[in-house]
Amino acid sequence: MFAVAALAVLAALALVVARALMGPTVFDRVLAGNSVGSLAIMLLAVFGFLTGRPEFLDIGLTYGLLNLIGTLAVLKFFRHGDLAYDPDEEPSQ
Amino acid sequence: MMPLLTEIASWLLIVAGSFFTVVGALGLVRMPEIFSRMHAASVMDTLGVGLLILGMMLQAGLSLVALKLLILLALFFFTAPVITHALARACLHEGIEPLLAEDRRPKSKPPGGRKSRRQP
Repeated sequence: MFAVAALAVLAALALVVARALMGPTVFDRVLAGNSVGSLAIMLLAVFGFLTGRPEFLDIGLTYGLLNLIGTLAVLKFFRHGDLAYDPDEEPSQ
Repeated sequence: MMPLLTEIASWLLIVAGSFFTVVGALGLVRMPEIFSRMHAASVMDTLGVGLLILGMMLQAGLSLVALKLLILLALFFFTAPVITHALARACLHEGIEPLLAEDRRPKSKPPGGRKSRRQP
């Protein structure tokens, strides 16, 4: 049962990586990167159950938090061209 | 009787979660533009991940592992909408327009872009 889930997650990862390589805009790549992150978390959890060591879940939790911060940082960088953007200042574009 | 029912339920949940994960990834590849791709990716982040985690929670029983899976589910519950929202806003800010079958927006409004959306 967990082998089925692991195979499905691996197939989904292959498709998502294909989108990340094809993606016409940078936002497609960011979206695909985020999906790769969430699929990697699921793969860690399923693999933990498959091998009978659910301690992998801790790594998955850490990876989830890093995924959020990383994606938001990349989006903020592309939106404002700067990570330390101050909304009170007039944008200099 | 109860262990068998739990086993069957978790089997069904995990298979359904795998199905939705693959369907979401397929949509991410096949959809025509970024906003519909976001829609497909959210299938993966809600139904796929949610059903897989529920199935694994049934396998784990009442334990610390189930609590960790619940925390993971809560993490996905809150972060996936935040990321999709930020991504959509960044796309609109860049001037990427959603692909519409029929444009119902008022004609007087200039087509959105970098300047027209910024409020003083």
